[in-house]
Amino acid sequence: MTGVNDDVPGGRELLRVEGVTKAFPGVRALDGVDLTLRAGEVHVLLGENGAGKSTLIKMLSGAHRPDSGRILVAGGAGRLPANTGEGEPDALREVQIRSAQDAERLGIATIYQEFNLVPGLTVAENVFLGRQPRTALGLIDKKAMRARAADLLRRVRLDVSPNTPVAELGIARLQMVEIAKALSLDARILIMDEPTAVLTSEEVETLFGIVRELREAGVGIIFITHHLDEIGALGDRVTVLRDGRSIDEVPAATGEEELIRLMVGRDIAEQYPRRRSDAPGPPLLRVRGLTRHGARTTGGAPARPVFEGIDFEVRAGEVVGLAGLVGAGRTEVARAVFGVDRYDAGTVEVAGARLVRGDVRAAMRAGLGLVPEDRKGQGLVLDASLQDNLTLARLDRDTRGGLVDRRGQRREAAAVAEQLKVRMSGLGQSARTLSGGNQQKIVIGKWLLAQTRLLILDEPTRGIDVGAKVEIYQLVNELTAAGCGVLMISSDLPEVLGMSDRVLVMAQGRLTGELPAADATQDAVMELALQSPHGTGDGTHTNESAMEGSDVR
Amino acid sequence: MSADVKTAAAPKAAGGGAAPDGFGPWFSRAVLRNGPLGGLIALVVVMAVLSRDFLNGQNLLNVGVQASVTAILAFGVTFVIVSAGIDLSVGSLAALSATVVAWAATNEGLPVWLAVLLGLAVGAAAGLLSGALVAYGRLPAFIATLAMLSVGRGLALVISGGTPIPFPDAVNALGDTLGGWLPVPVLVMIAMGLIAALVLARTYSGRAMFAIGGNEEAARLSGIDVKRRKLVIYALSGVFAAVAGIVLAARLTSAQPQAASGYELDAIAAVVIGGASLSGGSGKASGTLIGALILAVLRNGLNLLSVSAFWQQVATGLVIALAVLLDTLRRRSAR
Repeated sequence: MTGVNDDVPGGRELLRVEGVTKAFPGVRALDGVDLTLRAGEVHVLLGENGAGKSTLIKMLSGAHRPDSGRILVAGGAGRLPANTGEGEPDALREVQIRSAQDAERLGIATIYQEFNLVPGLTVAENVFLGRQPRTALGLIDKKAMRARAADLLRRVRLDVSPNTPVAELGIARLQMVEIAKALSLDARILIMDEPTAVLTSEEVETLFGIVRELREAGVGIIFITHHLDEIGALGDRVTVLRDGRSIDEVPAATGEEELIRLMVGRDIAEQYPRRRSDAPGPPLLRVRGLTRHGARTTGGAPARPVFEGIDFEVRAGEVVGLAGLVGAGRTEVARAVFGVDRYDAGTVEVAGARLVRGDVRAAMRAGLGLVPEDRKGQGLVLDASLQDNLTLARLDRDTRGGLVDRRGQRREAAAVAEQLKVRMSGLGQSARTLSGGNQQKIVIGKWLLAQTRLLILDEPTRGIDVGAKVEIYQLVNELTAAGCGVLMISSDLPEVLGMSDRVLVMAQGRLTGELPAADATQDAVMELALQSPHGTGDGTHTNESAMEGSDVR
Repeated sequence: MSADVKTAAAPKAAGGGAAPDGFGPWFSRAVLRNGPLGGLIALVVVMAVLSRDFLNGQNLLNVGVQASVTAILAFGVTFVIVSAGIDLSVGSLAALSATVVAWAATNEGLPVWLAVLLGLAVGAAAGLLSGALVAYGRLPAFIATLAMLSVGRGLALVISGGTPIPFPDAVNALGDTLGGWLPVPVLVMIAMGLIAALVLARTYSGRAMFAIGGNEEAARLSGIDVKRRKLVIYALSGVFAAVAGIVLAARLTSAQPQAASGYELDAIAAVVIGGASLSGGSGKASGTLIGALILAVLRNGLNLLSVSAFWQQVATGLVIALAVLLDTLRRRSAR
């Protein structure tokens, strides 16, 4: 597994992890993990959620320490090889990484999924936080700091002033600032934890360009992703983790099916196991002319509507996909339909009966349910028990004579947790401690228990590993087979195409098209998603608006 | 959660020699599982060692009486804190409600039951108003209840003209003893504690409190009528404050407009010592009872030890900080 092949790309070894083990109370997070990283390679770390990827990178960045095993880093100062002397082969030596400072000294920089940026400070201040260049008097040399920051921003092709407060940036740009910060450290080992999860495809290309440049410069990059298609496009080698063990090391050219098999330890017959029904039932949800005006600007000029003239229906037994760029207004439509937010015009009908505006409880009574995109922020009460989370949407129903039937709730929760195969220690466990996939099952289970007939799924599999994804897809199949309807918002195009019976596409607040499953291809959907529905020729701004999109709340 | 209340009351019962076998493991488990209870037991042991007068039946009942008003207030505040709010007005509302009862019965000659009902209604109405300001006016709970603190106290002074009003005799029984030894305030405290435990564990509003305090947005998206629940939560706090005020006035045999000043802080301290988080989503009636008992044991013990009132304040502050610190550490290590 750790065998050094001569045909692998890249140069000498920068980092070697040998037999590292780490146990937390009740869990063996890592169990004899091996990993080697060479200069000038992109090494993909692949595994389901809970496989141990996070623990491993936290170990390399000083947040955790191994119980046993060794971490070796190429000797010399923690800077780019160019700075350590010409061509001098650095021997690997064992290191103890006790803190983030230790990691930094060894030349290891980590970009986490959750950003470590201070919103109130400028881009330049964030990039050099704690390491600001000083003048002879010991004061911060703002001019030098700005100049160096501007230089770094050019390298990551981020077109903002170093003086911009970070709070004004959208999530994609924050990612770029994080990368600029890592570059400023001249790190020779760069760890990126799912950097593409929040980026649009265009931004992903930019990111890949930067990563390739770094690879040319001899940096070793550990790249974590759940997007299998990115592995072939960017990676050199792949280490697959499963249940805390390093299962195999394979070239990045390995086929997706093989990678999935390594990752989940079994064959997944189909990645998108949609069973389409031939004859969908009567319409469950009918939306007509739904419109919400934008907030007026200070000048009083009307802003672009959040969404406008939205017409669609979802039938019983049908999965309708809602595709579009981030910021196209899909989430806003879903929230309006479910009664979370108000709308200005239009109607929402469920099974023929018109819904009151802005009333979640009325929507729920009519049989609607919403699995929000922000699982932790909106879907779960993280510190409450699984039982409480699962039964939250049926609290009314379970209250009889003023008292909640806790025993009945326990029975219901146990049944649905069993049905969804939630991996848990018990119903009393807090939702916070579950993996992403299991958390999502809890949110969906909540709506199953509320006897939802039309479920709106907003990015149902974001940040969820392949195995849990398939389980969620199967659940969608079960729902539609039982006569429910599903409206699925997703930015994961293969998922939309693989699971939907019909695909709706939104761009800039309007529906730009509807495609039956047979005609829905990536190209067709993207064309509609990039269309300017107003025909004013401002279509080129589409991506910009997506970048600062309102999905980044 | 009602089972927890029993656990909390158990140390006293255990002194009576119940279930001698299996007590050891039960004891260590109870202490481990319930940090605040361990603190209370430790404090009782320390006081018993330092003062020979502490551990006798009469004195322990005194502790119960001293804890009762704070505990009843704190049960109400528990609802608010579990839902991630805060209620600063409970001391004032206690005084206002008691004043209304005394004014209606003594000055206006209303039947006593009606006067008491009126007092409870005033507490509920004031809480409802705070709740409306928080839920519909979107005021921070701190501000809304700070305003109510001032308004309530002011109205108590207005109604009473600034002087104490004799409390109706029939209600004074609440401050007395049964059979000459069992203090009624302790019984009221236990009853209100059981009600609070039941509300938290078994009612729609109680379960909603945990959901709202844990994640208000998730609660709303799951169909909890968050705004209406907040009205209920603050109204409940107001009712509990009214009961506390009536018990206090019964002990003093008069309704004093300046009574219970600053009690809101004791109540909040009791809730927090009892293991609730000010950020919401957690809290138990049993914990709150223990918190109130810790404060009462401390004051009672220090009195017995003739520690000056000034130093008692210092000690109380230190105990609050220590209790919450220990609880935080315990939780962190449990994670």
